[in-house]
Amino acid sequence: MFDVPLSALVAQVFTGLVLGGILVLMAIGLSLIFGLMTVVNFAHGAFYMLGAYVAFSLLGLTKSFWATLVLAPLVVGTLGLLVERLLIRRLYGRSPDDPLLLTFGLSLAMVEGVKLLWGKIGLTVDPPKQLSSAVDLGFMNFPVYRLFVIAVTAAALVALWLFLEKTNVGLIIRAGSRDALMVRALGLDLNRIWLLVFGIGIGMAGLAGVLAGPMRGVYAEMGVEIIIECFVVVVVGGMGSLAGAIVAGLLMGEIVSLTTFFAPKLAEIVVFVVMAVVLLVRPSGLFGEAGLAE
Amino acid sequence: MIRGAFGPFTAWVTVHPIASFVVFFAIFPFIAPYQALATQVLIFGLFALGFNLLYGYTGLLSFGHAAYYGLGAYGAGLALAKLKVTSLWLALGIGLGAAVVGGALVGFFCLRRRGIYFAMLTLAFAQMLYFIAFHAADLTGGDDGLRGIPLLPLSLFGVSVSLRHPLAFYYFAYVLVVLAVAGLKRILDSPFGAVLRAIRENSDRAVACGYDINRVKLLSFVFSALFTGLAGALDALRLTVVPVESLYWSTSGQVVIMTLLGGAGTFFGPFVGAATYLVLADRLSLFIEAWPLVIGVIFMVFVLFLPRGIWGTLTSRGIGS
Repeated sequence: MFDVPLSALVAQVFTGLVLGGILVLMAIGLSLIFGLMTVVNFAHGAFYMLGAYVAFSLLGLTKSFWATLVLAPLVVGTLGLLVERLLIRRLYGRSPDDPLLLTFGLSLAMVEGVKLLWGKIGLTVDPPKQLSSAVDLGFMNFPVYRLFVIAVTAAALVALWLFLEKTNVGLIIRAGSRDALMVRALGLDLNRIWLLVFGIGIGMAGLAGVLAGPMRGVYAEMGVEIIIECFVVVVVGGMGSLAGAIVAGLLMGEIVSLTTFFAPKLAEIVVFVVMAVVLLVRPSGLFGEAGLAE
Repeated sequence: MIRGAFGPFTAWVTVHPIASFVVFFAIFPFIAPYQALATQVLIFGLFALGFNLLYGYTGLLSFGHAAYYGLGAYGAGLALAKLKVTSLWLALGIGLGAAVVGGALVGFFCLRRRGIYFAMLTLAFAQMLYFIAFHAADLTGGDDGLRGIPLLPLSLFGVSVSLRHPLAFYYFAYVLVVLAVAGLKRILDSPFGAVLRAIRENSDRAVACGYDINRVKLLSFVFSALFTGLAGALDALRLTVVPVESLYWSTSGQVVIMTLLGGAGTFFGPFVGAATYLVLADRLSLFIEAWPLVIGVIFMVFVLFLPRGIWGTLTSRGIGS
C-alpha cells in the first residue's frame, strides 16, 4: 500500500511524541486548573506564547539556554499568579462561562501586547549548541533537541506527579478537586491553593512555550493555534483527568504527526474527526467521569 | 443614575421593541458617522442576535459561531459564483440551508456534552470547518477567499431593483433584518421561548418540569444558526467576496465581544454591541495599530464589572437580572 521506509516512519513517530509532549504539558495545566477551580483558561495558549517570547529575551540577556529554561517558566508562572489574584479571583461564584470570557479577552490583549513589545514579525530561537546536532539512532538521524524536549517533558510530568502524590500540599490539591467544600470545612485556606495551582499550570504552559520556540519559531498567534488543540485533547481525555490529558495528548501528537506524513492536508482536520468519534462513542472522554462540571 | 436619565426612553423602547427597531434603523444611515457603517451594524447586529439567542436566552456559550456565519456566506457565495444561480433569493436560501444543516450537525455533537465543554466543542468544530475551507481551495478559493460573487439585482413581484447603490443594499438588508428581529420576538414570546429561559435559569428544574431540554437546546441552536447564516449570506452579498477568515475563530470571538458589550440576553444588546464594537474598532485603528489590545481590555472590564453590557445596564435587564 504505502511504500514507506521504516526509518522515516519511526522518525515520524518520534516527532509525534515531541508534539504530543508539548500538548501534554499544556493540557495537564489546563486540566489541573479546571479540575480544582472549574476555570477554563482560554489564555493558556497566550501564556505558552509568552513563554516563548520571554525565553527569547532571557536568552539574549543571560546567553544561557539552561538559565532560560528555568527562569522563563518562573517569570510566566509569576504573571499567572498575578492574573489569578487580580482578575480571576473576582469571578469565583459566578457562572463558569465568565472566567472563560475573561481569559478570552486577556488572550486577545496579550497577543497584541506581545506584538507591541516584540514586534509583529516572528522570531527565531536557536537550540543550544550542545543540542543542535542530530543523533544517529542506528536506523535514522534524529535532532538531539527533540529528544531533549521529550526528556524535559517526562521530567516535568514526574515532578508534578511526585508533588501531587507525595507532598502535603499535593494532598490538599487532590482533596480540593474532589470536594472543595469539605476541604474548607477542615479549616484549610483553599484560596492560596488555587493561586498556587494556577501559577503551576501557567508555569507549565510557559515551559511548553520555551521548549517549542526553537522547533516551531516564536510568533504571536502560536498560542491560539495550540489552545484549540488543547481543548480537543481535554475533551478526548476527559477534563480534570491528568491521566486523560497525558494519554490524549500523546495520542493527538501521534495522530497529527502520522497524518502529516501520509496526507498533509488532512493533518489539521483529523484531530477534530477523532474528537467527534470520541464524543459519539464515549461522551465523557476516555478518562472522564460523567457529570464532572456539567 | 445612568438609567434615570434614559429611563423614559429605554422604557418606551422596551415596550415597543419592533416599532423602535423599524424607526431607528430606517433613519440610521443618515445619522451614522458614515454610511458603510450602517450596513455593517445591521449585518453584524443580526449575527450577534443569532449568537444571543443561544447564549443570552438559552445560556449556551458558543465559541464557534463563525461556522454558521461562514456557512451562510459560503453557501450564498458558492451558489452565485460557482453554481451561477440567477436568483438572489435562491442564493440566500442556499446560504440559510447550509447554515441550518451545519448548525443541526454541530449542535447534535456539541450537545452531547453539557456545561463548559460546550464552548470548547463549538470552537473546535468551527475551526475544523475553517481548515476544510482553507484546504479545499478549488471550491472555496482557500486563502484568497471566494471571489467572483456577482451582485444580482433584486427581483420581487416582477420588479427588478439594482442593489449597487449602498443605500439600496442597506434597505434590502434592513427589510430582511427587520423580518429576522420580528421572528426572534415571536420565538421569545412563544412558550418555546419561555422554556429557553427556563433552561438558562435552571436546567435541572426544566427537566423536572418534563421538558426534553436536549431537543429544545438543539432547536435553539438551529434557530441561532439560521439567523447567523442570514447575516453571513448578506455579508457575502455586501462584500461580493467571502474571506476564509469568516470561518476563523476570531470571527466567533468578535461576535462574543459584540454581544457582551451590548448586553447578552437583552433584545437590542446585539445591535448596540455591534455598533459599539464597529465604531470603536474604526476610531481606535486611526490612533493605534494594536487596537484589539484596547478592545480586549474593555471587554475584560465589561466581564468583570458590567456583565449586563451597555443595553442591559441601561434597562437593568439581561443575564443576571
